[in-house]
Amino acid sequence: MSTELPITEADLQAFIDGRLTDGRRVEVEAWLASRPDEALRVAQLRGQREALHDLYDPVLDEPVPERLVRAAGRSRRSRGYALAAGWIAIGAVAGVLAGWQLHDWQSRRLPAVSEGASIARNAAIAHATYSPEVRHPVEVGADQEAHLVAWLSKRLGEKVRAPTLKAAGLSLMGGRLLPGAGDPAKGPQPAPVAQFMYQGAKGQRVTLYVRTEARSHDETAFRFAREGNVRVFYWIDRSFGYALSSSDLDRSQLQRVADLVYQQLEP
Amino acid sequence: MDERNAIVDLIPRLRRYARALVGDRSAADDLVQDTLERAWSKFHLYRGGTDLRAWLFTVMHNVHVNRVRAQRPVDVLPDDGPETPQHGAQADPLMIRDLERALASLPAEQREVLLLVALEDMSYDEAARTLGVPIGTVMSRLSRGRERLRLKMFDVPVAAKLTVVK
Repeated sequence: MSTELPITEADLQAFIDGRLTDGRRVEVEAWLASRPDEALRVAQLRGQREALHDLYDPVLDEPVPERLVRAAGRSRRSRGYALAAGWIAIGAVAGVLAGWQLHDWQSRRLPAVSEGASIARNAAIAHATYSPEVRHPVEVGADQEAHLVAWLSKRLGEKVRAPTLKAAGLSLMGGRLLPGAGDPAKGPQPAPVAQFMYQGAKGQRVTLYVRTEARSHDETAFRFAREGNVRVFYWIDRSFGYALSSSDLDRSQLQRVADLVYQQLEP
Repeated sequence: MDERNAIVDLIPRLRRYARALVGDRSAADDLVQDTLERAWSKFHLYRGGTDLRAWLFTVMHNVHVNRVRAQRPVDVLPDDGPETPQHGAQADPLMIRDLERALASLPAEQREVLLLVALEDMSYDEAARTLGVPIGTVMSRLSRGRERLRLKMFDVPVAAKLTVVK
């Protein structure tokens, strides 16, 4: 005979879901046989499982609405943009890869640059992904700035701020949360990343990518990278990594904005 | 575009889950649409060879949580609040409208776990990974959600719910 372990609530749940080994199932059945109240409860919970299937399984046989089939191959932008945006994205990624190789070659003389280079690359990808958005450029709009900043601070685990870039003619549109880069299967989940988006009077877009740095780094000076058609200024300052990206501003304009950001975020 | 076909094949399951999760048909399809668009725009984060279904359900969970958060500050129902079973006329316990209403009354986190396990037939481990919570949390939400739903569906005296097995 097996050593009879006490029957737990988890056993009963697994019994309901048919996830017990045969031996354990027999033990649970024997246990229930002498407890009519529990047996009734378990029977009702099994019935509940079946009732849910009766109620919702017919959805599986409904024709899938066309809008959903289309959505399966399309990012968050209106239909007309999809194809062009796809090519832009491919171009951006190709450019990023080329830029990355170049960077890798350069970095042999510049230790500790790879951390910064990865932020530049990730920021450029995020910029290329979201800045062309017409309908959903941001998750939370600037009209809810206090909520946006509180939310992003909470998720990053560090107090973040959205700098004011009015002096450069840019107004805050809002921001979004992005998954941190890394491999979730290995080690702890990387902390998420914040992206603030700004827009100028002519529709020029600039994004500020803010990431918390797990390790303490020496500060780095501004570095410039060009990833595809996206220009990026990036730097690491104590516990944050920043990257400012735009494909609409030229290098000197972008540097001026980076100066503004740096001045405001300096504690 | 094998990945796209694989995603399209999973749409009926996403729709079933979304329907049970939010109730209203068009709201459910809106949730599925947002999920698909988000999944496609973040497809570079999906690791090939891993479970695409679990990944899509994770995306849907995140989209749903963000929407709920944008609409209402928090889920106002306590995780294990007092029950008020309805006595009186014993209705057909499996009446569809009752089940829908009872399901909608569950705290969202219990409803999600219950549906992933009971409807989507995920293992407890898969449900835990999909929702990003420990497996013990899955078990306790599952047990509480099921019990709460049962008490709403059946005319159960309050005392009966105290027969909790440990």
